Amino acid sequence: MFQFAVGPDRERLAGTLPGLLWLGFILSGLLGLGRTFVVERENDCWEGLLLAPGDKSAIYLGKLAGNVLLMLVVEVLLIVLFTIFFDIDLSPAIPALAIVVVLGTIGLASVGTLFAAMTAGVRARELLFPVLLLPVQVPVLLATVKATEAGLAGEPLAAYAHWLQLLAAADVIYLVAGVLTFEFILEP
Amino acid sequence: MTSEPRIRVTGLRKTFGSHRVLDGLDVDVREGEAVALLGANGAGKTTLLKILATLVRPTSGTAIVAGHDCAKDAERVRHEIGLVAHASYVYEDLTALENLRFWTTLAGLRPSAAALASALGSVELDRAADERVRTFSAGMKRRLSLARFVLARPQVLLLDEPFAGLDQRAKKWLEEHLASFKARGGAILMATHSFGRELAVADRIAILAGGAIALDTPRGALSADDVQRLYDLHTEDAP
Repeated sequence: MFQFAVGPDRERLAGTLPGLLWLGFILSGLLGLGRTFVVERENDCWEGLLLAPGDKSAIYLGKLAGNVLLMLVVEVLLIVLFTIFFDIDLSPAIPALAIVVVLGTIGLASVGTLFAAMTAGVRARELLFPVLLLPVQVPVLLATVKATEAGLAGEPLAAYAHWLQLLAAADVIYLVAGVLTFEFILEP
Repeated sequence: MTSEPRIRVTGLRKTFGSHRVLDGLDVDVREGEAVALLGANGAGKTTLLKILATLVRPTSGTAIVAGHDCAKDAERVRHEIGLVAHASYVYEDLTALENLRFWTTLAGLRPSAAALASALGSVELDRAADERVRTFSAGMKRRLSLARFVLARPQVLLLDEPFAGLDQRAKKWLEEHLASFKARGGAILMATHSFGRELAVADRIAILAGGAIALDTPRGALSADDVQRLYDLHTEDAP
């Protein structure tokens, strides 16, 4: 679909590739993140998690680790597919891309895991989940797309370090907020 | 007995919207005692168990379990209780052994492989230890959920229809397990509709009607027919 929209123009592709790449990551991520706690609902295990004594943030961190791992695997696959279908060589940008992808994925997954818990019991969760998640992700999306654009253009790391700093700061804030608030989301 | 009750419920009220389920309920369960809670559908038995298990907050009144307030100190209460509810709390894509390891680890226990195998053996699931739970019958799932409490050893057991779905051997095992749990000083509150095997375990029978305990009597020598008559007498106005 992206190929049809962008066409064979290489310059046009270079300008839109960062956005297309992250659009693919977000669409695939939303599918997985939204189902984070479906297994608990389907197996009637939600109350079981609540009844488990101890720090509930361990459940959040476990779910987050699973989501990050799954998203990274899908993102690597998507990058490979992009290089094949768009006939582009991303190998010089792989180190820069790896940093941005890891930081961006942690940012997406940390809020996504939290909101998945919030919406797990809601009937219209498939609709509500992206509506809640995407506005909160604006700083992460902005920083990831800008940093990816700079990385793919071969700019030195120092040129887009401020975007990486914003991304890292957002990750820390979202992660800490998730750890601190997860227990209250789980409680009746 | 003069010790502090393991479960003390005082003036408990719970409303869902305009529907009042519990209305000033009082009940105590002491160390080494089992109380069978009888009542019609919708009488509030499961709601009471869920309040005691910290899954539902009371509208007013107090519910104390093992010295801890269920509303204010839920985390401490959770360390002391075992809940057998309608749901078995098992993941169908995991094996019996994986389920048991997951839940006991989440509860902060670190059981050895031998302890896990022994717990599964005690509920006669040792041969199915490596089978996925999706292939289990309802009774096997119930037995697997009971295996958790063999390892966790809570002080208080909250049981909602614990014998439902169990075969005769599993019922016998559960009866013996509950008797030994009481002998160790544990307290049991058990909601049931049945007047059969459950009542053999119970020391007292409490009938819940109109949101409160309508009758609380020692089981003593009451036969199943006696209990049925008392039940009919106190629940005849139930909707």
